[in-house]
Amino acid sequence: MKYLSEYRNFESTKKILDEIHKITTQEWNIMEICGGQTHSLVKNGILELLPEKVRMIHGPGCPVCVTPLNLIDKAIELLEKGVIVCSFGDMIRVPGSKKSLLEAKAVGGDLRILYSPLEAVSIAKENPDKEVVFFAVGFETTAPANALSVLHAEKEGLDNYTILASHVLVPPAMEAILDDKLCTIDAFLGAGHVCAIMGMQEYYPLVEKYKIPIVITGFEPLDLVQGIYMAVKQLEKGIYKLENQYARVVKEHGNQAAIAVIQKVFEVGAREWRGIGEIPNSGYVIKEAYRKYDAEAKFNISHIKVPENPDCIAGEILRGIKKPNQCDQFGKACKPANPLGAPMVSSEGACAAYYHFSTHLTD
Amino acid sequence: MEPTGFETINLGHGSGGELTRNLLDKVIFNTFSNPFLDQKHDGAIVEINSKIAISTDSFVITPIFFKGGNIGELAVNGTVNDVAMCGAIPKYLSLAFIIEEGLKMEEFERIVASVKKAADESGVLIITGDTKVVERGKGDKIFINTTGFGQVHPKANISVHNIKTGDKILVNGFIAQHGMAIMSEREGLEFESDLVSDTTNLNFLVKDLLDAFGEKIKLFRDPTRGGLGTVLHEIANDISKGVFVKESAIPLEKQVAAACEMLGLDPMYVANEGVFLVVVDPSVETEVLALMRNHKRGTNAALIGEFTNEHPNKVVMESLIGGKRIVSPLVGEQLPRIC
Repeated sequence: MKYLSEYRNFESTKKILDEIHKITTQEWNIMEICGGQTHSLVKNGILELLPEKVRMIHGPGCPVCVTPLNLIDKAIELLEKGVIVCSFGDMIRVPGSKKSLLEAKAVGGDLRILYSPLEAVSIAKENPDKEVVFFAVGFETTAPANALSVLHAEKEGLDNYTILASHVLVPPAMEAILDDKLCTIDAFLGAGHVCAIMGMQEYYPLVEKYKIPIVITGFEPLDLVQGIYMAVKQLEKGIYKLENQYARVVKEHGNQAAIAVIQKVFEVGAREWRGIGEIPNSGYVIKEAYRKYDAEAKFNISHIKVPENPDCIAGEILRGIKKPNQCDQFGKACKPANPLGAPMVSSEGACAAYYHFSTHLTD
Repeated sequence: MEPTGFETINLGHGSGGELTRNLLDKVIFNTFSNPFLDQKHDGAIVEINSKIAISTDSFVITPIFFKGGNIGELAVNGTVNDVAMCGAIPKYLSLAFIIEEGLKMEEFERIVASVKKAADESGVLIITGDTKVVERGKGDKIFINTTGFGQVHPKANISVHNIKTGDKILVNGFIAQHGMAIMSEREGLEFESDLVSDTTNLNFLVKDLLDAFGEKIKLFRDPTRGGLGTVLHEIANDISKGVFVKESAIPLEKQVAAACEMLGLDPMYVANEGVFLVVVDPSVETEVLALMRNHKRGTNAALIGEFTNEHPNKVVMESLIGGKRIVSPLVGEQLPRIC
C-alpha cells in the first residue's frame, strides 16, 4: 500500500501539473475511459488543477452504468422466483423499470452482496436445494473471476449455479465513440486495469486507424496527471502513439492465465450497452459448451425487454457528448437518492461523481 | 452470574413467569446489583439536582461479536457517548433486550458481562431494564436498547448555533476503525486484518475539556453511522456556514486506509464508535489539541478544519494533492465498488 503515499504526493503531482500548464498551447479534449479514473479525477479535485484548455471528457467505463436496464429487471425476476441472486455492491441500487434489486430484497428477495463470484459458488454448494445466480457484470477486469466461478461450479459438479452475464469490452466501445459524428475527442487515457488483464495489443490498431494518442493510465492522482501530461505532449507535438503510463501494472501481453480462463468460458459477441445500444463484437457471451451455466437460458427470462427513462441522457453522457451538469434533470429530478439512470448510482458513474464531489456546482 | 441450567434462550425466558425470573435473578440482577436496581420495581427512582441530558439508542449489529468488542459494550458506550456529546456527565442507563429465541445462553452471558464491564468503565449504573424474547426468525439474535441520563456539566453551553466563522474543528483520533472492523467480518466480505473496533467511552475526555475550556467549546458530535463526512455536512447545513477540511490532516490509520481502498469505500463515510469531533473557539485551539493528545482517548487527536463564510451549507475538502472537492452526505448504505 506504499502507492497510497507515493502516488498521492502533493509535490510530485504539482510538478507534473506545472509541466502540463507549461506545454499546453491549444484546446484539447481527452477522454478517460474508465469510471474509476473519473471517480479519482473528481474526488481528488484534479479537474480544476488542469489548464482550462485541457478538457476531460468522461467515458463509458463504468460497468454499472452500461449494464442494460432489462438485465436488472431480469435479475429482479429471478429474485421474485425465489432464486438467490448474488451481486457486486454498487449494482443493487440501480433502478430497473419498476424497482431496484435493493427494493426487491426489501420485499423478501434473497439478495447477497459479494466481492467475489467464487463466494457465490460456495453459496450454491451450501444451498443444494436452491438456485444461485451471480449477476456477472463488468469489463474485461471482472471477466476472469466470473469465468473462473463457472469453472469452479463445473469442477464441483454443481447444477444449481448460473451467471447472468453482461460483459462488455473496452476497445469496441472506443471505436463506437470515435465513429460517432459528434465525437470531439483528441486523445484517450486507456483503462489501466482492463489492460492489466488484456495487455496492450488491441490498442495499436486503434491508434493507427484513428490517428489518436492513447495513454494507458492508472488511477491514483499522480498516475492520472502523468497520463494527461503524456497525452498533451503527444497532441502538442502532433504525434500519435500508444504509451503506457501504468507500466508497474500493465504488461505488453497482459495476464495470460486470466485471458485463458476468459477464452475457455466466453466468446466475443454482440452486446447491448445502456444508453448507447447494441455494439457488434462488444462483449462476452457464454460459449455453447458452458450454456448450462447461463441464467438467461436456464430461467426463460430472455424475453424481458424494457424501455429506458426518456428523461435520462445517459447515452450522451457515456459518449462524452454532454457533461452531467448539462442535463436538465441533474441534481433536480435525478439525485443519488432517486436516480433516473445508472450514471447517478455507481460511485464510478460520471453523474454521481459530479454530484458528490464537484465544486463546480454553485447551488 | 450463576448457571441458569439452559443452553439456549427460549420463548419462556420472555414470558414474565418462572423462567424470566430465573434469567433475571441469575444473570441480570446479580451482575448489575446497585441500590436502584435492587428495588426490583417497575422503574427506578433517582434524584438528579441539575439540568439533565437524556439520549436513547437501539443497537442492531451483525455480527454481534466482532474484533474489539460486542453488541453489549456498543450499547453502553454508544449511549454514554451520546449523553456526553450533550456536554453532560452520564450517570444512569436503562437496558432493554429483545432476544431471538435460540440465542446461546453462553453468548447472552458474554454480552451481559460486556455491558457490565463497559458500564463500570464509564461510571454509569444500570438502573432499570426489560427482557423480551421473540420467535426464531423474527429478530437478529439480539437487539439492545439503552437510554442514558446525565448531569449537564455546569460550564457547558453546547449548541450548534454557538458556532462562529473561524471556529476550529478537531477530532480525537483515527476515523473509520469501527466500520472497517465490522466489514472485515461480514459474510461475503471477510478479509484478513488486525482491524479492531474503536468502541470506547468518551465521557471522561469530554468532562476534562469542559472543565478546562467551558463555553469556548461550542459543539461535540460523535460521527457514528454515516461517518465524519455526513456529520460535517449536517452541521454546515444546520447553521448555513461552510466547512473547510484538509484530507492530509484527518487521522487515518494505514491498515484502515488500505482496507477502504481495497473495498472501494470512502473512510469519510465509514462508521465510528470511539471518535468525536469538537468545535472550539480559535483562541483555544492549541490548548484543546494539547489536552486531547495528553488523554488516552485522544492520543491521535488532530485539527482538521474550520468554519468559513465561503461555500455556505457545503463541506469542501482539500485533497492530498491540493485539489478541492465537495464532501456530500452519504445516501443509503455505502456500496462496495465492482472493480
